[in-house]
Amino acid sequence: MDIAEAILTTVATASTPLLIAATGELVVERSGVLNLGVEGMMLMGAVSGFAVTALTGYPWLGVLAAVIVGAVYSLLFGFLTLTLVTNQVATGLALTLLGVGLSGLIGVPFVGHPGIQMTSLYIPGLTGLPYVGKLLFGEDPLFYLSIVLVIGVSWFLFGTRAGLTLRSVGDNHGSAHALGIPVIRIRYLAVMFGGACAGLAGAQLSIVYTPQWVENMTAGRGWIALALVVFASWRPWRVFAGAYLFGLLTIAELNIQAVDLSTLHQLPGAVYDLLALIKAIPSQFLSSIPYLATVVVLVVISRNRRLTMMNTPASLGRAFVPDR
Amino acid sequence: MKKLLLALTAATALVAATNAQAADKFKACWVYVGAIGDFGYSFQHNQGRLAVEKAFGDKVETTYLENVSEGPDAERAFERLAREGCKLVFGTSFGFMDPEYKVAKRFPKVLFEHATGFKTAKNMGVYNLRWYEGRYVMGQIAAKVSKSHIGGYIVSFPIPEVLMDINAFVLGAHSVDPNFKLKIVWVNSWFDPGKEADAAKALIDQGADVLGQHTDSTAAMQVAETRGVHAFGQASDMIKFGPHAQLTALVDNWAPYYVSRVKAAMDGTWKPDNVWLGIKDDHAVELAPFTNMSDDVKAMAEATEKKIAGGWNPFTGPINKQDGTPWLKDGEVAKDSVLLGMNFYVQGVEGALPK
Repeated sequence: MDIAEAILTTVATASTPLLIAATGELVVERSGVLNLGVEGMMLMGAVSGFAVTALTGYPWLGVLAAVIVGAVYSLLFGFLTLTLVTNQVATGLALTLLGVGLSGLIGVPFVGHPGIQMTSLYIPGLTGLPYVGKLLFGEDPLFYLSIVLVIGVSWFLFGTRAGLTLRSVGDNHGSAHALGIPVIRIRYLAVMFGGACAGLAGAQLSIVYTPQWVENMTAGRGWIALALVVFASWRPWRVFAGAYLFGLLTIAELNIQAVDLSTLHQLPGAVYDLLALIKAIPSQFLSSIPYLATVVVLVVISRNRRLTMMNTPASLGRAFVPDR
Repeated sequence: MKKLLLALTAATALVAATNAQAADKFKACWVYVGAIGDFGYSFQHNQGRLAVEKAFGDKVETTYLENVSEGPDAERAFERLAREGCKLVFGTSFGFMDPEYKVAKRFPKVLFEHATGFKTAKNMGVYNLRWYEGRYVMGQIAAKVSKSHIGGYIVSFPIPEVLMDINAFVLGAHSVDPNFKLKIVWVNSWFDPGKEADAAKALIDQGADVLGQHTDSTAAMQVAETRGVHAFGQASDMIKFGPHAQLTALVDNWAPYYVSRVKAAMDGTWKPDNVWLGIKDDHAVELAPFTNMSDDVKAMAEATEKKIAGGWNPFTGPINKQDGTPWLKDGEVAKDSVLLGMNFYVQGVEGALPK
């Protein structure tokens, strides 16, 4: 079916920014820090990525700049919450608000100019394969990077000693400190990693997804990424599944709106009925599914105390002041 | 200490001097709902403000507030501008209507103008644009240019302004090609570049080869360019984003109106207005240059534009509603009040209206 193939190839581009930003935030939250500044960091990454690409002509330099800017910008959050021990929720929100304004200011000269789009992969023979060719061998480089990122983070968190240390800091910073683990330093590194990922996700928007700069171009994706981490109960592969589920829902919904049912009578009855059913659901409702799904998952997790203890980093959002 | 005092006196004198200078100037102010960097709706209002600065030079001083959210919050913005010495204030979004009206009552000496609303006062006028005129021309072009006879249309919310434009687009298209189909996709947002791009891809994947949009970003135009189909720009001329794709763009050209109103206020001839400007009013609704089409399509578009500029209304009967019930009799022209409250599709538009 043509539409199915079309949906598949578009989904990866739509899901990648969510996946990258959420994976970064997952590491931050696993270390016990809640950074609500993802949207702001993404915007800083998007504007710096676009600017450097426009000025140098090299998208890869733009991506690099976005990663660095995201990490440096998140240091501001780190300094305030970890060194000065300010409230993490308030500081994270401030980081978003500042990011919206600052990125708009930096981006003024770049408004109204089309950017350079990063070219997608092309492997002769493989990219042309039906159905899977374009999806597996014809996407943009950041898509592959995002997959590597999930594999890497999953391996790091659950397969290495350093990952175990990071999780222990997030689960009980008092005990970790007593064992001589440098809690603050580890959290700084985690926050910077989250910032770098958010910056990369922003660059994906302004260099790959929609190669342009406009104020507020993330349009709430930072918040979806935050919701996604909770939705995935702090597990990398569930973040992956969630990002693609959210992406698939958006794209499928748009395609179903555009489809003309009267041309699809040759389809099996059940499929046709399903399409007709989805088409009858108001699009506003379909747009809100990611948020509803997150609420449902939260309810399910928090109803069961064991599930909560198993999944949520116990020190999440708590300030840490070393007592000696 | 003496030096400090001296410096203070000098500073005060300087401030007084600048104030006096500022008082000679006429101060006009704008309130924008979005960012001037949106390259769309607010960007175009700001272009109008810049045109005022250019037209009057030293005689005017302008200022603006951007990203002002609609609703009660806006009241503070208008009050601040009125207190700061603005003599004429333009509120540029529908949701500013009530707050602006309240502030206008409190500051009877300050003049106010509100875009797209309907509340007027002794010192508050309203102004709006007849975008549907341009949409009709676009519909005609789309039907001529399309090879698949399928167009795509990306829209935000089912409000009268949006429905009016969908209807005009389809009426225009069907006046040329009754078999032309318009696929409509609602993205439930005025501004989300990613989702607009995804909607464009979905429409192209399903056979549309001409795209229109009633959302603010340039994303759909870029997708059209990379996929090799045609598209219409929105709010601004988007030709840079689709040099091979853009057929024309519906440009909000507020500049002539703003210049004339500031001039009237300076001359003391300002009266509260209630205007709905179209192509005939100094091209307040401006169609960007017709590009990427053959000469005969261009000639047709120009002829229609001229006809509308001459006073013809695209909503002239006979027109039926979507379900076939008669709406306008032969030769009957739709009343402005009906258009401004439009909540139905005309015959020929496919799909159900979201509720």
